[in-house]
Amino acid sequence: MTGTVLRALLSHWRRNPLQLFTLLAGLALATALWSGVQAINAEARASYDSAAATLGEGTFDQLTRSDGQPLTVASYVALRRAGWLVSPVTEGRLDGVRIVGLDPLTAPGGLGPVQIADGADVGAFLSGQGQVFGRAAALAALPAGPEKVESPDVAPDTVITDIGVAQRLLGRDGQIDRLIVAMTQPIGQAPLSEIAPELIRKVAQGGSDLGRLTDSFHLNLTAFGLLSFAVGIFIVNGAIGLAFEQRRPVVRTLRALGVPLRRLMVLMALELALMALVAGGIGVALGYVIASLLLPDVAATLQGLYGATVAGTLQLRPVWWASGLAIAFGGTAMASAAAFWRLARLPLLAGGSPRALSMAAGRSARVQGALALVLLVAAGALALTAQGLVAGFALLGSMLIGAALALPLILDRVLAMAERLSRGVRAQWFWADTRQQLPGLSLALAALLLAMAANVGVSTMVSSFRLTFTGFLDQRLASELYVTAADPADAKRLVDYVTPRVRAVLPIQSAPAQIAGFPAEVFGARDDATYRDNWAFLSANPDTWDAVAAGDGILINEQLSRRSGLSLNDAVTLGGRQFAVEGVYGDYGNPIGQAILTEAAFEALYPDVTPLRFGLRLPAAEVPSLVEALENDVGIPAANTVNQAGIKRISLDIFDRTFTVTTALNILTLTVAGFAILMSLLTLAALRVPQLAPAWAMGLTRRELGLLELVRAVLLAVLTALVALPLGLALAWALLAVVNVAAFGWRLPMFLFPLDYLRLGGFALLAAALAALWPAWRLARTPPSDLLKVFSNER
Amino acid sequence: MLLTVTDLRKTYATADGDFDVLRGVDLSLDAGQTLALTGESGSGKSTLLHLIGGLDVPDGGRIVLDGTDLTALDDAGRARMRRETVGVVFQQFNLIPSLRVVDNIAFQARLAGRHDGAWCDTLAERMGLTPQLRKYPEQLSGGQQQRVAIARTLAPRPRLVLADEPTGNLDEAAAAQVLALMLELVTDTGAGLLMVTHSDRLAGQMQRRLHLSRGVIA
Repeated sequence: MTGTVLRALLSHWRRNPLQLFTLLAGLALATALWSGVQAINAEARASYDSAAATLGEGTFDQLTRSDGQPLTVASYVALRRAGWLVSPVTEGRLDGVRIVGLDPLTAPGGLGPVQIADGADVGAFLSGQGQVFGRAAALAALPAGPEKVESPDVAPDTVITDIGVAQRLLGRDGQIDRLIVAMTQPIGQAPLSEIAPELIRKVAQGGSDLGRLTDSFHLNLTAFGLLSFAVGIFIVNGAIGLAFEQRRPVVRTLRALGVPLRRLMVLMALELALMALVAGGIGVALGYVIASLLLPDVAATLQGLYGATVAGTLQLRPVWWASGLAIAFGGTAMASAAAFWRLARLPLLAGGSPRALSMAAGRSARVQGALALVLLVAAGALALTAQGLVAGFALLGSMLIGAALALPLILDRVLAMAERLSRGVRAQWFWADTRQQLPGLSLALAALLLAMAANVGVSTMVSSFRLTFTGFLDQRLASELYVTAADPADAKRLVDYVTPRVRAVLPIQSAPAQIAGFPAEVFGARDDATYRDNWAFLSANPDTWDAVAAGDGILINEQLSRRSGLSLNDAVTLGGRQFAVEGVYGDYGNPIGQAILTEAAFEALYPDVTPLRFGLRLPAAEVPSLVEALENDVGIPAANTVNQAGIKRISLDIFDRTFTVTTALNILTLTVAGFAILMSLLTLAALRVPQLAPAWAMGLTRRELGLLELVRAVLLAVLTALVALPLGLALAWALLAVVNVAAFGWRLPMFLFPLDYLRLGGFALLAAALAALWPAWRLARTPPSDLLKVFSNER
Repeated sequence: MLLTVTDLRKTYATADGDFDVLRGVDLSLDAGQTLALTGESGSGKSTLLHLIGGLDVPDGGRIVLDGTDLTALDDAGRARMRRETVGVVFQQFNLIPSLRVVDNIAFQARLAGRHDGAWCDTLAERMGLTPQLRKYPEQLSGGQQQRVAIARTLAPRPRLVLADEPTGNLDEAAAAQVLALMLELVTDTGAGLLMVTHSDRLAGQMQRRLHLSRGVIA
């Protein structure tokens, strides 16, 4: 019996290949967009993790000198003798490759990722020329010398080697940059302040810094992937709903012929599971292609924005395949739940003819309207009160689902009004007929609504990010040139040399501290017009810089303000001194708290810190000659100078790459929505003939009918776009003001970009018009014999 | 006795209150016997047929079919009965549109696990369907579709054939032809036939005839 029933069920798809294609394509596209984004995220995270594993970031506490100078071997030896389980690390860059030198015998993580690589041999690692481990590209960039061992687990553009080899390659014999502190330490150690008072301990913050810094970017990508997936699931839901409706008579017949309902449902579920497997497989493969195409731009974005190195090529990761298939199964289950529910409750003697697609009619429309209202009210309440990630996502979910449910009702009301206002019988028929089409098209239009809202939301967010970040760069990179000295003596020579040659020398100096119980970094800023002219505050007292310069004021970043609850005029205690908060500034991308004091107050609190970095103010045109002079006269290599104009140019270039990624995702999502419209129109085409035949019989030509179909699709897309715009802006606001704040502790200001929205609207209309073109053309060419059948008993 | 119906009752809830469709129906049918059930619209003919076919559940009374008390069966038991013992010919044919004629004819026999290819070929030939076997139902006329439905019903050789206005959708000539074939084949298989019809002329061709009026046998 099972085989017979299964054959009967599957025969439906053989006879309705377009429906099968819709279902498989919808599911495959949804899975592709989701898994493509996940693949990019997974690849980037794997890169951060391997970098963190290499460098011990996030996992182990680190010891460094408070003045930023290299450690001495004596300090290391003293600590080891005192029982401290620490391991030295020396790192630096050679020919663009980051060289990390570890001591494999004492490193708590062994050789980092290398220990699991083939060819890891501690003997060879330590002896002779030694070995360097890394990816092929990084190894190729290194000069000949140590044996090169390829290891894909090492972070991109990084090689790992023995500390001695690293020091030799970098020309830094005997220098140690930091010490990794093992998690488990012997009891009764002498305190650090006794053995090596010049060292400070940086506590691991769980997870790599890179991971946390880039989480915002990945969270937003994930949100986009999820919305794209939702758009695809709307298509699947439509296809499954239509297939189940069309098969109601068959289901009734099968049951009348003796097939138990439970068996029937199990077989239909199996049928869908099989399709989910096929479509999920195709989707994951497509996702791989999408990710491969987008990853180089994403990698460049992350490198530029956060300094995070991500491999530009994709690896096949089993977890990613599994999650892609799981989301395909989950999506199918979600999309078919309602259809199965109806099937389970279908009485055996219920009407056998396909039920009219009347989502928006009668009782179901009232239920839908009530549900939409409840969700939108809930979204409104959450918008006012939401705090935390869960509430943020609940806000996003209730807002989007509520709007999708409300859309058919809104459109129905608008069309009803147009029908009432229309003059002429043809216009009246057009509006009435468009209303009649709404239930059948509502899922596709909801998909378009979500796609457009996602595009408006994400574009607004990314563009706001760009504006804010470039403004932030102007503020933070106000100096025309940044120079780093090798040591205090070098710094003194530098300052003496440049002071008569530039308008201002601004030392950049910082020290770790605890403020209101939270880890923070305190900076000492020289009182200069640079800060007064360029810094913008989220909130500040009048004459902020005067108050700071007077020595009693302090500025804090937004993260610290939100976490500690500190606000204007609150007191902050540092080293026994009290400072009043004079201003709160935006500090985008920084995971920890930050505070700024005037230079004098800083030096009084941290007399051991000697600034090695300086910002120099001079006419931009003079920068190249000064760089050359510094190299020739002071011996500071050009590599130790950073030209502000160069950084800004690179940053803008990076943003353009970010736009490439989001534009590609925008177009993909709109394509999926356009596909949803196409499929809805094609599947409705058969139902349209009886509706249009009377109009044809009464004098409308087939060409006119086809044209009106096209106009109808574009009109519905326009109306949907008008609803999508405020929804998209609300989505952007929720992402920026709720989700971002909950996730990262800082809020991006929101800007509006009307031209972008107009362009997006144009894309959406184009997608709708293209989608309607073929069904309209087919309708215009419907043979008169098919139209005549409507009036014949033979139908 | 193939079928015994005793004091069968069925009530439907309507907007105007409960409506007693069947108010104590008694009837019986022997194997190989044909019985016409007539009555005006709303008299409960189709409801009675659905109850005997295990498609619906009575509110009172008993139906014993081939020695089994249908009213004592659960949903799965009634499904098995429909699969293996009863065959129903519907007015609306209820063919599976995505299957070819040949597969539609064999469908119920396969469900019942009693598929006999030679018998299906015989049925198709006697129904005049051999040239149509590779076609889909939508490519057939109404009379041809009903002949496919009858062949499907008879393919597993059911003990009882129930026919609900089987010629209601056909013109007079096609109706006469289809009925003649059905009677011939039912007689050949030795099944009992209970047919609901409005037509006195068709009812006259059955061995027995019962008239249902306001939920009771008149």
